[in-house]
Amino acid sequence: MSIKQVSVFLENRPGKLFELTKLLAEHGIDMRALSIAEATDFGIARIIVNDADRCALALREGQFIAQFSDVLAFAVPDEPGGLHNLLSEFNAARVNIEYMYAFLSGEKGRAYMIFRVTDTAQAEKTLAERGLQSLDLEEIGRI
Amino acid sequence: MERYFQPEIECASRDQLKRWQSERLVKQVRRVWENVPYYRKKMEAQGVTPEDIQSVDDLTMLPFLSKADLREAYPYGLLGAPRKDCVRIHSTSGTTGKRVVAFYTRHDIDLWEDCCARALMAAGATDEDVVQVSYGYGLFTGGAGLDGGSHKVGCLTVPTSSGNTDRQIMFIRDLGATVLCCTPSYAAYLGERMKELGLGPEDIPLKAGIFGAEAWSEEMRRDIERTLGIKAFDIYGLTELSGPGVSFECSEQRGMHINEDHFIPEIIDPDTGEALPEGAEGELVITAVDKEAFPMIRYRTRDICSLTYEKCPCGRTHVRMTKPKGRSDDMLIIRGVNVFPSQIETVLLNQGFAANYQILVDRVNNTDTFEILVEMTPEMFTDSIGKIQELQKNLSAGLQSMLGIRPKVTLVAPKTIARSEGKAVRVVDKRKI
Repeated sequence: MSIKQVSVFLENRPGKLFELTKLLAEHGIDMRALSIAEATDFGIARIIVNDADRCALALREGQFIAQFSDVLAFAVPDEPGGLHNLLSEFNAARVNIEYMYAFLSGEKGRAYMIFRVTDTAQAEKTLAERGLQSLDLEEIGRI
Repeated sequence: MERYFQPEIECASRDQLKRWQSERLVKQVRRVWENVPYYRKKMEAQGVTPEDIQSVDDLTMLPFLSKADLREAYPYGLLGAPRKDCVRIHSTSGTTGKRVVAFYTRHDIDLWEDCCARALMAAGATDEDVVQVSYGYGLFTGGAGLDGGSHKVGCLTVPTSSGNTDRQIMFIRDLGATVLCCTPSYAAYLGERMKELGLGPEDIPLKAGIFGAEAWSEEMRRDIERTLGIKAFDIYGLTELSGPGVSFECSEQRGMHINEDHFIPEIIDPDTGEALPEGAEGELVITAVDKEAFPMIRYRTRDICSLTYEKCPCGRTHVRMTKPKGRSDDMLIIRGVNVFPSQIETVLLNQGFAANYQILVDRVNNTDTFEILVEMTPEMFTDSIGKIQELQKNLSAGLQSMLGIRPKVTLVAPKTIARSEGKAVRVVDKRKI
């Protein structure tokens, strides 16, 4: 099942990311994963949180510009070729990846990857047909 | 149905208007000669005496007044009436240099409010209407002018002044405001805030808005009309010449009628000072023929526009001026190219951005740097860096084709550009020339 990623517009200036983390901390929002993509004058913080709805409210209150998109999360065995094996399934299913990022868990022997793909619903379906189930938020929460 | 506040004046014959203008001009010149030594010296230097001025046809013999004169004569040097007859001042924001302080007698306030009442009725207001005045009150002329005009029409007037946007929206809804008066940038901001609150045009009773005190484009007009569900009217004025109401739009919205019984317009070549023929674009010069306390004669507004005396289908006979292209004060010369902020606004709105921007100009190694900060909007934001950079590139290209030079476009977070409860800070020019 796909999960919701929150993308937040950040000006490329000192203190901007700080304002965001402060807001999330004050609202008790737990980040599961975070990645920052940067252009010259702005950046986008992409976050997976424990409660996307509450996060949306907090961001609006803090006057941040944010957008939600559906992403896929997969566990990857922490061993040589782990990611490669996963991607070979993506390749076989003709899934186009726009961007991806990894996050670690306390659990030994596994890493996790978040994938933003061109057509999330279609990718989910074709990957499922190949026996690959993406993780839902609850499963990520347990990590 | 077109409504007039003073039909016998607004629709008077051109001959009648000319008689009024001539009569008043002759008197005005005499009064100024006697009461304003500063202007008398200018007249003497030009070899003109009040006897030379017999009618409005002699107007061009008189010397110009400019903002520089206002600075030099600050604060009381241009007073045309005894100070004891003056009852009020208003003042500019001083964004383009030293503040202008303008004086008013009771008579001056009366004629100013008449002008604003004409503008309100031309926008469809009657004594049945509820007029919310969200222009700043105080030193700024916007609040006082439209407030007074609204009283004259007999509208229920809601003097909210600027700021506290949520309360503004509450009053519009609770009191059933039908006419809104404020700066165009504040109207746009109100619209944005309404969207955030999940309110659309159908949720507010407004039907018309009178917006002025800032340059704004046709695109911005359409944008405001759409988000607020109103017809938006332009109004023009300067503190030096009372304030808003020097000219205003009628229902035809093909230029703004100048209140010619009080203000005589001319168009001149801004470089040579020579009068230009009807229809030619040039600097607007205004003579206030019956203002007592601050009697501006041939005042150079620095606004670039043109005039038409063609009869307007609305029935008014007063001359119409085009929307000023930009105050020559606002015009920037960047790498030798003339840039008006209103042009930038046009491109932004055409490409789906809000008109929240700031122009930064600096000079590094003898070359002008030209950067435009543009606020990101929720509608334009996506999680893809590539798509946002494409928007930036398109914007930059659009600006280049409009302006002739390419600015750097920087996207900033919403509400970071100082605005607009009064006037937005559109230009930051750090060049030391």
